[in-house]
Amino acid sequence: MDAEDIHRAVRRMAHEVLERNHGVDELVVVGLQTGGVELARALAAVIEEIEEFAPEDPPVPVGTLDVALYRDDIGIRPVLPEEVTEIPVDLDGRTVVLVDDVLFTGRTIRAALDAMCDYGRPRAVQLAVMIDRGHRELPIRPDYVGKNLPTRRDELVDVTMAGVQLGELQKQ
Amino acid sequence: MSATNGPVRTVLKGGTVLDATGERRADVLLEGDRILAVDEGLDAPVVLDASGCLVAPGLVDLHTHLRQPGREDAETVESGSRAAALGGYTAVLAMPNTTPAIDCAAVVREVLELGRASLVDVHTSGAITVGRAGEQLAPMAEMAALGVRIFTDDGTGVQDDRLMRRAFEYASGLGVTLAQHCEVSALSEGTCMHEGEWSARLGLPGQPAEAEELMVMRDIALARLTGARAHFLHLSTAGSVAMVAAAKAGGLPVTAEAAPHHFTLTDACCASYDATFKVHPPLRGDADVAAVAAGLAEGTIDAIATDHAPHPPEDKERPFDQAPPGMLGLEYALALALTQLVDGGTGMTEADVLARLSWQPAAIAGMERHGRPVAAGEPANLCVVDPSVRWTIDASGGASLSRNVPYVGRTVRGKVRHTVVDGEAVVVDGEAQR
Amino acid sequence: MKGHLLAISDLTRAELEEVLDVTDTMVEVSGRSIPKVPALRGRTVVSLFYEDSTRTRLSFDTAAKRLSADTMSFAVSSSSVNKGESVRDTIETIEAMGIDAVVVRHCSSGVPAQIAAWTNAVVVNAGDGWHQHPTQALLDAYTIRSHTGSLDGLRIGIVGDVKHSRVARSDIEAFTALGAHVTLVAPPTLLPPSVAPWQVDVSHSLDDVLGELDVCYLLRMQRERMSEALVPSLREYTALFGLTSARADRLGKDALIMHPGPMNRGVEIAGEVADRPNAVITEQVANGVAVRMAVLFLLLGPGRHALPPTGDPSSAGAASADDTTTEERP
Repeated sequence: MDAEDIHRAVRRMAHEVLERNHGVDELVVVGLQTGGVELARALAAVIEEIEEFAPEDPPVPVGTLDVALYRDDIGIRPVLPEEVTEIPVDLDGRTVVLVDDVLFTGRTIRAALDAMCDYGRPRAVQLAVMIDRGHRELPIRPDYVGKNLPTRRDELVDVTMAGVQLGELQKQ
Repeated sequence: MSATNGPVRTVLKGGTVLDATGERRADVLLEGDRILAVDEGLDAPVVLDASGCLVAPGLVDLHTHLRQPGREDAETVESGSRAAALGGYTAVLAMPNTTPAIDCAAVVREVLELGRASLVDVHTSGAITVGRAGEQLAPMAEMAALGVRIFTDDGTGVQDDRLMRRAFEYASGLGVTLAQHCEVSALSEGTCMHEGEWSARLGLPGQPAEAEELMVMRDIALARLTGARAHFLHLSTAGSVAMVAAAKAGGLPVTAEAAPHHFTLTDACCASYDATFKVHPPLRGDADVAAVAAGLAEGTIDAIATDHAPHPPEDKERPFDQAPPGMLGLEYALALALTQLVDGGTGMTEADVLARLSWQPAAIAGMERHGRPVAAGEPANLCVVDPSVRWTIDASGGASLSRNVPYVGRTVRGKVRHTVVDGEAVVVDGEAQR
Repeated sequence: MKGHLLAISDLTRAELEEVLDVTDTMVEVSGRSIPKVPALRGRTVVSLFYEDSTRTRLSFDTAAKRLSADTMSFAVSSSSVNKGESVRDTIETIEAMGIDAVVVRHCSSGVPAQIAAWTNAVVVNAGDGWHQHPTQALLDAYTIRSHTGSLDGLRIGIVGDVKHSRVARSDIEAFTALGAHVTLVAPPTLLPPSVAPWQVDVSHSLDDVLGELDVCYLLRMQRERMSEALVPSLREYTALFGLTSARADRLGKDALIMHPGPMNRGVEIAGEVADRPNAVITEQVANGVAVRMAVLFLLLGPGRHALPPTGDPSSAGAASADDTTTEERP
């Protein structure tokens, strides 16, 4: 995927979010640190554009979530908090769209669901990912997918707004 | 086997004899507790190989803590003597800071009695003051009558100037020597290492070199006043060495010793908070270490004395400021001296090192059977040292009951092959024979 | 950061900054209505305090609990320590119960370092003798950074009894490592026998340096120092080295006033000065919990017993090559 493809995928997912939730009421977009943050901002921006937000309208709330303190693989691999979590609104009763770049084993999302519970009780949580690369280890599925990308376990998937790249995991 | 009567003869064969008179290639024939002959080509029923070795008068330690009576878990006269024999010593001078202190004839007798069964010739010092408490003179005459020639409150110095003056005066009448552990307690109380960069960094209370030097200065003055003989134990600072040099130059009857750790280790060793490196006087800085080595080389310091101070592991594992001071030395002193002083560029020869380990300390302590020339008719108290062997010091503590060895992992030169005490080969090929 | 936390000098500048960065996250956690995360679930942290310090013990305890670690407290007064048990026997007994970290406070310098040699648990120094109090220095550095953004180039005066202060030794090392310029301000009797181990300036006059300071850090003046003849009287000490109202007026208006507590109001700091807006003494205490959370998390969480990245390179799948190359082998 190149930058164009990414952008088209974001636009499609924005439409799907709006369609499924019948608009933007009570919607909060939360990006996972760090790969999901930029996508979350892009998704919110496109949603506002589609809904023809005026400059004076309150924007779609965008939060960021760092799940390092909630992971179950601490001690198995280095997990450091990257950025401070920032949730701008109370999540009680809201519909949260969690955004991440790649869905793989599902463990990050599991940690994110735990983390989110410490900030409130959303009415519903939906999951948007740019790449679903398979190999799930937990019963988690995305609600919105940019692209399904079959991979080997030992491949690396790097997502930026400029595109998606596949790489080999460096064996040490 | 010939059926000659009389004692078995032993020959130390193939070595180089080194004593106060010089160095020569010769075998040494022993009979009973005496040297029968020193010449080339000698033979005897029992042959101890000395090839490649120095055959020298046995080493004499002026400063050994045998811990008996009182702390038999740390060391005994027997175990300490074994360590001494393995280190090439034929005589040791026990320090009186036992429990009870060696401050009267009864305790002197007990220690000497224990010494009779041990591997080396055990002499003892006596305390200057009763219980080493620094308040009242101990009965020096009754101890001197049992052969005690050195008196000291080692472990602490006698703080009271007036009492020390009286002690010097009294000692001069007995012809005995007072040996001072120089440490002014007002400056050293509560401290556990040398005061300087390292104590600053480690947050440990330190004592300045002046805590030692002030007492060296006072005792030199009192020796001048009283005419008594003063011996300075374990000098550790450049200032102390300089003052003793000046006193000697002024003709005062003063002598001095230094411990192996004070010419080998610095206060940087304390960085790990391993109390193995805690000792009194404390390990000093590089300049003091160099000054002690130079003092030995110039002859200002007459003797290398181990200050062998065993402590059981549970005591040395206490917090650094609470652990007891002291480290082992008997089995390492000779090798450290060869390595640090002869190889270390002080200009000292092997003969110089042996002088400070054998005949000079023997003279200070008045041990007439030790440190004698290797010659026919002399007492057979000898050590045979292979100066070429390099070995690495391990943590076992050797024959000591304790293991507070500060030199673990250090590679040194020179190993004792045989030790002969009163004609008996108590150490053969580095192994104690009983 | 890995291994133990025994002294600030064991840490590189990058490691110090890592602690401060992670502290940001812990401040966020501490500010939530439910300030608890599961990061150290199943880990056991023991506090072993040979010297009484309720505030430091509670701060560590709170930090461990906010990370969901189990905590045990080994109070010396009620333990076998008073029955003559050695530190080594105590630590080996505690370790046999299965612990992951031990937080040690002892009145003798070096005890945490000794313990570290005897245990497989992580050792965190909570203050040893005159030597170090590393978490205090980290919380001090964090407090300063939260006001100034960085310690680079700051002029920090550490005033008072540096000689007997583990806080001072740790602060000197942390502040200078983070780029600050430190001046020790004390009479010669209250300075260490040498300052050569550190890159610091020394002044014997608070008035001389006061105007240039970005941070004025006051140390606690112990009353027992009088009996050791280190200063003639508290009155004279206060007159020369106390941060009086008049002196505080001469500080820059943004200059921070700090103190490790507990304060002797009226001795090293005037009561009114301690309550000024630029006195951040209570912030120091508040940041203490977050800093200790960061320390416990970094020592017990990531990187410790880390496996090579074979099975699960990243559940997000977005691990960059950097992530995988920096991983620690066990």
